[in-house]
Amino acid sequence: MPAFCRSCLTRVPKQRRCPSCGSPRILDHPELFDLSIAHMDCDAFYASVEKRDNPELADKPVIIGGGRRGVVSTACYVARIRGVRSAMPMFQALKLCPDAVVIKPRMSVYVEVSRAIRAMMEDLTPAIQPLSLDEAFLDLTGTEKLHGAPPAIVLAGLVNRMHRELGVTGSIGLSHNKFLAKVASDLDKPRGFSVIGQAETMDFLADKPVGLIWGVGQASGAALETAGIRTFTDLRRWEHRDLVARFGSMGDRLYHLARGEDRRKVNAHEPIKSISHETTFFEDTADREILDGHIWRLAEKVSARAKARELAGRVVTLKLKRADHRALSRRVALRDATQLADRLYRTARGLLDQVSDEGPFRLIGCGLSELCPAAQADLSGDLLDPQAGQRAGAERAADKIRARFGTDAIVKGRALR
Amino acid sequence: MKISIERSALLKAVAQAQSVVERRNTIPILANVLIEAEGDSVTFRATDLDIEVVDRAPAMVERAGATTVAATTLHEIVRKLPDGALVTVTADPASGRLTVETGRTTFSLATLPKEDFPVMASSEYASNFSAPAPLLRRLFDKSKFAVSTEETRYYLNGVYMHVSDSEDGKVLRCVATDGHRLARIDADLPDGAVEMPGVIVPRKTVGELRKLLEDDEAQIAVSVSETKVRFATPAITLTSKVIDGTFPDYSRVIPQGNTRRLEVDATEFAQAVDRVATVSSERSRAVKLQLDEDRLTLSVNAPDSGAAEEELAVAYADERLEIGFNAKYLLEIASQVDRENAVFMFNSSGDPTLMREGNDLSAVYVVMPMRV
Repeated sequence: MPAFCRSCLTRVPKQRRCPSCGSPRILDHPELFDLSIAHMDCDAFYASVEKRDNPELADKPVIIGGGRRGVVSTACYVARIRGVRSAMPMFQALKLCPDAVVIKPRMSVYVEVSRAIRAMMEDLTPAIQPLSLDEAFLDLTGTEKLHGAPPAIVLAGLVNRMHRELGVTGSIGLSHNKFLAKVASDLDKPRGFSVIGQAETMDFLADKPVGLIWGVGQASGAALETAGIRTFTDLRRWEHRDLVARFGSMGDRLYHLARGEDRRKVNAHEPIKSISHETTFFEDTADREILDGHIWRLAEKVSARAKARELAGRVVTLKLKRADHRALSRRVALRDATQLADRLYRTARGLLDQVSDEGPFRLIGCGLSELCPAAQADLSGDLLDPQAGQRAGAERAADKIRARFGTDAIVKGRALR
Repeated sequence: MKISIERSALLKAVAQAQSVVERRNTIPILANVLIEAEGDSVTFRATDLDIEVVDRAPAMVERAGATTVAATTLHEIVRKLPDGALVTVTADPASGRLTVETGRTTFSLATLPKEDFPVMASSEYASNFSAPAPLLRRLFDKSKFAVSTEETRYYLNGVYMHVSDSEDGKVLRCVATDGHRLARIDADLPDGAVEMPGVIVPRKTVGELRKLLEDDEAQIAVSVSETKVRFATPAITLTSKVIDGTFPDYSRVIPQGNTRRLEVDATEFAQAVDRVATVSSERSRAVKLQLDEDRLTLSVNAPDSGAAEEELAVAYADERLEIGFNAKYLLEIASQVDRENAVFMFNSSGDPTLMREGNDLSAVYVVMPMRV
């Protein structure tokens, strides 16, 4: 069976310790040298960087997160043992782990480390699809001759190099498509290397919960549960057309993923699908006027990004998080796509008016999706809103002033609320 | 309960009931139709809590009684029964089953108790009048295409039926708009309707109402209150809540000062729009209208897929104008014209355009242009 030592990267026969360096980190798998789609995920990335820069923290629980109101963005493995998880509210995390060292994120440092990792990956393949600062898909198909080693060994070399040169560790998932590679990278963290081969795919997935599928969250999970689908085996019992009839376009994805099939390419330049912004308030609020001011500022930010990329969107989303962290979101499809802050604001404001929940809220967000080129947007006016054209003209004029004199050169009174 | 009923009469009644029932709902009884047999007729009642339809059909009632059964299942069964069959429907309180029998075929269906069936509260109607079916049919048929589906402006999700002043005195008027186009249709005010409060009739109700209006000779009893509207024929009663909202002041939307007049054969125009729009696959296909003296050039330019152009001989005497519209909207308003030429009144390429049939002001359409 193909096997190699993850410490010294030599190919070895299957055994307990490496004959050349004595390391026990031998990896073997029947398809080990045939697979080439990988997912690399750093282990507790922000926390690892902090521990690297401050060795005193090495064996202390470290939580990276923002401010009094914030949530945990990363917890180191020591803190995780105590039950702290990413996205957990800070107060809850501190209840579980009162002696944790809480560190405010130093994004510029993380970005720098992330760039360095990216550069290391670029030495291996041009087909890299970063998902965030600390994880990426890599397609190493056809690189064996170039590197003189199969992808598995090259990838083990990558994480070793990250550890040696940058002081951060990562886990690798290696398989025959993106879905399974991502699943695999999570199987034995930290410093893991997991392989899912073609032959074992069906058996591997069989008893796994469908929550493993990216995009199956609470709501769709509940919808699947209602249909009696909990595991991949349950899912496989469904005909393709029945899944599509019941779940729409997601049904098609489910059908294929149930069989471990995922044809998505590792795409270096994934087009953006949505533009959104959100704000967590300094203090919870139920005041609609204050929320209104936030919606305007968020609409301006989203609009500015859409304009910069010459994009517009057909669907406007409003997101609110209640003081008890329950999230609610409302969305509406426009007849005619927009990139204007004015239309975005009015639409999101209309959505807020339909929210019967009185709050208080801790967070508000605003987004634009189903994007299209700006040339296809804001083509027709509204009979019932004859001033819309004038407001659009004013917004375009204000944009020109800002482009010339800076973003604060002209603001709406509404933005000061 | 035990009744015998002719298959076609049963099918007609059940069909109307099952179309009101919501396909997806969380309250099981709402999927059912309430069947009540008494005297020499049987009634079928269905509701989605906003609309209630009651359909009466003649039947031989052997034993009076009532029960409820799944509307769609019953409809499917009756639909598949042979034409001309005499159907026996029996409710057995002991087993809680409803038996549907004809010839050698027997169905046994689960029922839910009739007491659980929600019956819409009766209310006082401020206005009761009678209107010929063709009058109502015209009002709603010509306006419903403009009803909005946008949920944030829920008050546009229906046809605004009200009494209004026109040049020829008071009229019964239906208006619908989605912000992109608007339809304003007038009809002679039926006797006794003058006190009617204005109501927004929901889109689904308009769809259900249409089925009552097929018969040219029928007189429809209309009852209107601030919260409800009722349309009835001797056999069917349709009651619906109205949309709780204020319909916007549409009069300021209808352009008064448009002076550039284009007259064109509506069918030719619609066909031409349809032809040139074929080259574009975008969601909102824009058609450009270029107007020169007695000549209209329609064109579509879709950079990704192609371009098309067509010329029409028209009556136009004003200065040159270029204006763009959503092809679908143009097609929809052009297809409302059935007797005379379509007359468009333009102002500029950015202003709303008015369309009517000849010089008839009883049906007026407004459409918003789009940038091309």
